[in-house]
Amino acid sequence: MLPHLSLLAITLMLLLLPRVSFANGKILATPGVAQVEGSGGGGLVPWAQLAGYATEDEVAFSAFCSQATVKNFQLNSCGGQINFYDRLELSFAKQNFDVEPLSLTLSQQIIGLKVRLYGDFIYSTWPQLSLGIQHKLLDTPAVAFTLGAQHDSGTDIYLAASKLHLGLLAGYNVLWNVTARYTKANEMGLLGFGGPNGNGTLQTEVSVAVLLNKHLAIGSEYRTKPDNLGLNESDWQDVFVAWFVNKHFNVTFAYLDLGAIATIPKQKGWYLSLSGSY
Amino acid sequence: MAKLVCKSLPKCGFNFFNGFFIMLTLLLSIGCSSSITENVAKHSTKEGEQLYYTIGGQAGIERLVNAFVKRIAQDQVILPYFAKSSVKHFKQGFINHLCATVNGPCKYTGDTMIDIHSGMNINEGDFNHVVELLILAMEDVGISYQSQNKILAKLAPLRAKIIKI
Repeated sequence: MLPHLSLLAITLMLLLLPRVSFANGKILATPGVAQVEGSGGGGLVPWAQLAGYATEDEVAFSAFCSQATVKNFQLNSCGGQINFYDRLELSFAKQNFDVEPLSLTLSQQIIGLKVRLYGDFIYSTWPQLSLGIQHKLLDTPAVAFTLGAQHDSGTDIYLAASKLHLGLLAGYNVLWNVTARYTKANEMGLLGFGGPNGNGTLQTEVSVAVLLNKHLAIGSEYRTKPDNLGLNESDWQDVFVAWFVNKHFNVTFAYLDLGAIATIPKQKGWYLSLSGSY
Repeated sequence: MAKLVCKSLPKCGFNFFNGFFIMLTLLLSIGCSSSITENVAKHSTKEGEQLYYTIGGQAGIERLVNAFVKRIAQDQVILPYFAKSSVKHFKQGFINHLCATVNGPCKYTGDTMIDIHSGMNINEGDFNHVVELLILAMEDVGISYQSQNKILAKLAPLRAKIIKI
């Protein structure tokens, strides 16, 4: 119930906040949306773009709540980002993961930092390049340790490259992002870090999207994951529609295929995310 | 893309994602044909000249620049940049410049982008705001989203000769 309330609260807050904009220097939709681990990105993948509409002399504040519901699990994630001058992104997320077969909830907190190293998503010749970390603290490590995880915290390091190509496909704008992530996390950290089969590997994450008009993007994401616990941990994928109502509010809707989670197969379902920026 | 992903995934007989890409291809080919029908002009166009005729040739570009000037005149942030400009001179220069940029039968003979914008010290946010005004102006005169993006793609490389100088 609580996540629904917080979703509602965020929506209300965003609608009721006075129309004072701190940062609106970017073009609509170009920063992307909020990622489940709190960083700016697609829903699954942290992107090279920083969250919010801040350019070189602006600071942007963003907040989000996301809910992913698959067959036997539900993930609720809420958090926010501060974008300092389109150079540094500070992010936070709190995740609650309901494991229905065990009637329990796993929780973790993620603090993220992302630095834009080079370029501009639209204008630079080469793709925009950013380096980021996500430091994760699992508040409920008992299940993870039972399954063989080695740690209850871990730090992901990622390098992301992204580019928007104006009018590339029959006049439609196409954007892509590729992220290389070094991680020890099992199921993003919800099942701890490291295990008998591995303790840190490089993973690849890819997003592609097309803008149908200036408010609407459709796309797909794919994210590889390690299998440190030997539970045949699956890669994740989604197909999404993101609606950028304006620079202050966006909604993302996705169909998810999370494969097998903790050996329970066919975890497919839906994802809804609301986020706002000022 | 879908095939590429599927190779690495033994369980990937997953039609939804393949379907998505098929849908995307269809959608884009529809977009392609609609932009051809939009090209009402009966000119036998040279390679690359199509965009010029699609947006209505010289008359279309004049309509666009007039709409753009109207948008700028109503904008508190951008208007001050034009404080010392002659509207007539700007209109003529931009019509000529746009025509040449979209490969129309014009040759731009005005001042260089660097000369025009030197000393203005335009920041990234204001540059993007002008892009937004241009997009609104293109909407005002009914230029399709696809043609808008093609025009922006041709203008985008000029940014380095415009901002922060």
